[in-house]
Amino acid sequence: MLERAETVRKEYLRHDKKFPHVWCPGCGNGIVMGALLRAIHSLGLSKDEIVLASGIGCSGRMPTYADFNTIHTTHGRALTFSTGIKLAKPELTVLTVMGDGDSTAIGGNHFIHAARRNLDLTAIIINNSTYGMTGGQYSPTTPFGSISATSAYGHVEHAFSIAELAATAGASFVARSTVYHATHIEDMIKLAIKNKGFSVVEIISNCHVQYGKKNKLGGAVQMINSYKDNAITVEKAANLSPEELEGKITIGVLADVDKPVSTEVYRQVVEDARLKAEKITKETDKNGVKRYEE
Amino acid sequence: MEPTEKQNKILLQGNEAIVAGALAAGCSFFAGYPITPASEISELLSVKLPQMGGTFIQMEDEIASMGAVIGASLAGAKSMTATSGPGFSLIQENLGYGCITETPCVIVNVMRGGPSTGLPTSVAQGDVQMARWGTHGDHPIIVLAVSSVADCFSITIKAFNLSEKYRTPVIILSDEVVAHTRESVVLPPEDSIRVFDRVKPDVPPEWYKPYADNNRGVPDMASFGDGYRHHVTGLVHDEKGYPTQNAQEVDSFLRRIHGKISKGFKEIQVTKNYMMDDAEVFVIAYGSVARSALRAVRNARARGVKAGLVQLVTLFPFPRKTVDTYLRQCRAAIVPEMNMGQMAREISRVNQSSCRIVKHNRIDGHLITPEEIFKHLTTV
Repeated sequence: MLERAETVRKEYLRHDKKFPHVWCPGCGNGIVMGALLRAIHSLGLSKDEIVLASGIGCSGRMPTYADFNTIHTTHGRALTFSTGIKLAKPELTVLTVMGDGDSTAIGGNHFIHAARRNLDLTAIIINNSTYGMTGGQYSPTTPFGSISATSAYGHVEHAFSIAELAATAGASFVARSTVYHATHIEDMIKLAIKNKGFSVVEIISNCHVQYGKKNKLGGAVQMINSYKDNAITVEKAANLSPEELEGKITIGVLADVDKPVSTEVYRQVVEDARLKAEKITKETDKNGVKRYEE
Repeated sequence: MEPTEKQNKILLQGNEAIVAGALAAGCSFFAGYPITPASEISELLSVKLPQMGGTFIQMEDEIASMGAVIGASLAGAKSMTATSGPGFSLIQENLGYGCITETPCVIVNVMRGGPSTGLPTSVAQGDVQMARWGTHGDHPIIVLAVSSVADCFSITIKAFNLSEKYRTPVIILSDEVVAHTRESVVLPPEDSIRVFDRVKPDVPPEWYKPYADNNRGVPDMASFGDGYRHHVTGLVHDEKGYPTQNAQEVDSFLRRIHGKISKGFKEIQVTKNYMMDDAEVFVIAYGSVARSALRAVRNARARGVKAGLVQLVTLFPFPRKTVDTYLRQCRAAIVPEMNMGQMAREISRVNQSSCRIVKHNRIDGHLITPEEIFKHLTTV
């Protein structure tokens, strides 16, 4: 185990990049990044074929540290860049890391449309219920009644459930985990990468510095322990009523649907259009006339 | 058998000629969102690109289109989007990302009346200064204007070439009149078209510095998946691509990306000058207005007025040297525009002679006629 951790550290981190990273001590982002790198390592993917994209915020800094083709895009737009990259070079494995605000507030439109399209992309969403980098303002996943930098009197809006949103929007693979379940995250990411189509892994994470502090949830250890106490597997949750599930975090695979992957369908469209066009070109050549319109 | 001129002569609409130019330049990726009066570009490319092995995608909005265009370019594709005013507002965010990451791409803005939804089916030139300054922060940009169907073909090729050569987004400003005018054009034979591709690194991957300066000021560009693993970010970065706040690194980076365009002024700044040798009064125009202006100048010449026309093909970086030369030569410059005087402002800014700048502005959604310009030429 330790040996593997050391291999992953040596092999996948950028050692010419000045460390330490920007994340606060105890932040869940490092746990997610570790799980992601181990997942890639155990899948045996080459570093050259991986693109790691991100948006803006604490999660957005992850690609800087990883030795892949990496891109830190604009706020909420990471999936649009990933879409362009994947379509231009379908042989690349494109992974996109986002936060909750990044993926479902400013990037909400891109997120649901990426899910609907079902391109072969993997989205990893670190959900810490707040905008950590900008000072702990409320995000689309901040629970009703919570205190944040912009809801001092208690939050009056209701939260999104990211994994369910993704499944409803059409993602072909959806899973949830928490930063307590480090090896589980790794397993979920492996399944997500292996899935052909749009895959989403939502990881519940702690921002004890902003969200936790404002809501008196304790430090990193207490918050991460609460995920252990409140997590319940999809299988067990299936037998419980909505009342019994109140406050629980359902973890595991929430959706795994077999449906056409648009990246692959489009390749076929291209192949057919090319063959058809070649035929037309041959016909027009005979006449010695080059037609522009089909 | 060599194709004769007659065989290559075809009837095209401005938007269609932009598509033909893009494909001739090697465009293999297009992302867009439906908008009048630019939609024909999307529609035609959705048919043509797959035939050539390329990719078309309709995104959920123009913000997404621009993101996909930059992503595709980073993966090695020559990429483009096309839009009009409201969409042009939305692309500004990621356009800035294209500038700071030095990602080649082409953005077509078929101008219509604004502000906001404005006059969706009418002509205007109200996005000129926005094309220069629309995205936040100091940034270099190249803006070209088309005035005819033939221009749409050749200038789109030029836009791709400049974007690849200087690693920068290039904006093509078209307008509703140019976009929807059909005229017959003779497209040059394929083998006569010069196409420039971005320079790729040839050093071993461990030596590659994606943002290192060189004598052109334009770093070699590796594509994702080429084996040159590197970092791309919208943060100000050092020569390896990693974020930096070091004052010296920040300063030299931002000066380099501006300087690379300045180094190319001679090639980038294009004007078409008509009857300027002995001109005493002249018109400075661009886009569809330049054609009205040319007719007006010819009519004025027939009346014995020593008139000329400077058609701005490059709007930005502003072709200051050429304009300045003629401002010194002539007693008056007429600047007809379908806006409130956005380029006239630029011309006044550089005018250091006694040349009178006469603005002529039309903002009612209709093209400026030759008669309107002629009147100025015969009275100034």
